[in-house]
Amino acid sequence: MATTLQSVGLTALGGLLWSGYSDEVKASPLVLRPPSALPENDFLKACIKCGLCAEACVNRDSNKNRDGSKRDGTLQMAKGGDHKLIGTPFFIPRETPCYMCDDIPCVPVCPSGALDMKSLLDEKEELDINKAKMGLAVVHKESCIAFWGIQCDACYRACPIQGEAITIEHQMNERTGKHAYLLPIVHSDICTGCGLCEKACVTEKPAIFVLPRKYSTGKAGNHYVKGWDEKDQQRVKDAKEIHTKDERSEKEASDYLNMGVEY
Amino acid sequence: MKNMKYLLLRRVTQFTILFLYFGANAYGWHMLEGTFGSSRLFGFIPLADPYTTVQVLASGFVLGADVLLGALIITIFYMVVGGRAFCSWVCPINLVTDLANWLRRKLKLDREEVNYRFLKRRTRYWIMVLGIIVSAIVGISAFEVFSPITIMQRGIIFGFGAGISVIIAIFLFDLFGVKNGWCGHLCPLGAAYSLIGSKSLIRVEHNHENCTNCMGCKVVCPENQVLHMINKSSISVTDGECTNCGRCIDVCNDDALEFSIRKFLK
Repeated sequence: MATTLQSVGLTALGGLLWSGYSDEVKASPLVLRPPSALPENDFLKACIKCGLCAEACVNRDSNKNRDGSKRDGTLQMAKGGDHKLIGTPFFIPRETPCYMCDDIPCVPVCPSGALDMKSLLDEKEELDINKAKMGLAVVHKESCIAFWGIQCDACYRACPIQGEAITIEHQMNERTGKHAYLLPIVHSDICTGCGLCEKACVTEKPAIFVLPRKYSTGKAGNHYVKGWDEKDQQRVKDAKEIHTKDERSEKEASDYLNMGVEY
Repeated sequence: MKNMKYLLLRRVTQFTILFLYFGANAYGWHMLEGTFGSSRLFGFIPLADPYTTVQVLASGFVLGADVLLGALIITIFYMVVGGRAFCSWVCPINLVTDLANWLRRKLKLDREEVNYRFLKRRTRYWIMVLGIIVSAIVGISAFEVFSPITIMQRGIIFGFGAGISVIIAIFLFDLFGVKNGWCGHLCPLGAAYSLIGSKSLIRVEHNHENCTNCMGCKVVCPENQVLHMINKSSISVTDGECTNCGRCIDVCNDDALEFSIRKFLK
């Protein structure tokens, strides 16, 4: 009896330590996953860490140098020290970006469903890598030399969906009065997050880089609607009036506005 | 070389399997791809680790059919050949712990019997169940977070990184800490395979007429509690914790032990 109690107690102790550790190690938000990966939380559940995606990536026919030697694959399997959930696939664009293969070798081999092939199928039920949403490229305009007025369109030219995911916006350079800025603008509805732009960027530390979408996008919310856009209005067609009641709403607006604000 | 037969066979099997996995990544072979979590044999037969599969299901994700079918195939296979045949014929950690155990014997670290009060051989079953519970609570496969088995296998295929420290830790634990500490007391995967293979067909059979009670088998056996019948009765080793490694058969000079098909009828 006492032994059983001790076993149960020690198991509970182990369970607490184990749960705490596991919960910490799954917190690796800034990680880019293969195409069509489920949202990070589901992906961490579903990925069985088999590495079939990474093996398909590195061994694809197109992954060869001109002399026939094999190149590094895009997908790496997280090792101890990578500070990602161990055994899960990820990529680092500035080392090796995703080349967005037409046949997407990494996705159909996934046995567990962590990579959701259905999300990459187009209307004709064919694989379309342009539908991938691995991340979103973000431009840091203070270090992007195009924003300084120096001509560079390396990211624009590297982009596999050229002229759609990144466009060049022309602006007059007031400083010289006779030159143009050629500014790279990323369009988040098209960008797949492959990272070819980040790899191509000429600055010492890339001024354009891919972040997981969760961290590189905002959300306007239902308060803000494009009144000139019928489609956008559909977004809030079921919205209901919300009344917020708190201490302040009992008073007249003019009362508390004149009294100063307590934070 | 007579007393090395099964040891050599096992090492050949282990290295062949690991080399096929390695080649799948390094040379694009399609013999055996993936890792123990989930693999493909000959490019189309799915294989999956039953314990990992249960963990993923416990974390609340409905797995793809390939993994479920793969786990079923592996379960049925080890139900026949002895669950822990995985441990001694496939698992790469077995190389590490066998080395630690061999060194332990050479360094004579086991002259005194030690009784670890809270580290019994049944601890692994608690850990096995706990792993499933933690998977459900945290929402990831809990054992896979630090499993030295897949860390070592992925290390061989994709490179170790800092993961090598886990392997060294297991080695040190088994060498200087507890005898057969990892495989014999803690590993929840071994526990799962013990259960899967508890009724398996291939078993070591003892013939006590031939036994001279030299106890050579008990010295080399990593799970020597399963050899309780030595020099007592002529029955099979039916305990699921037997890894079917065959080391006892190798060291027996009296033909008192041999692999046979389990007899369900007395």
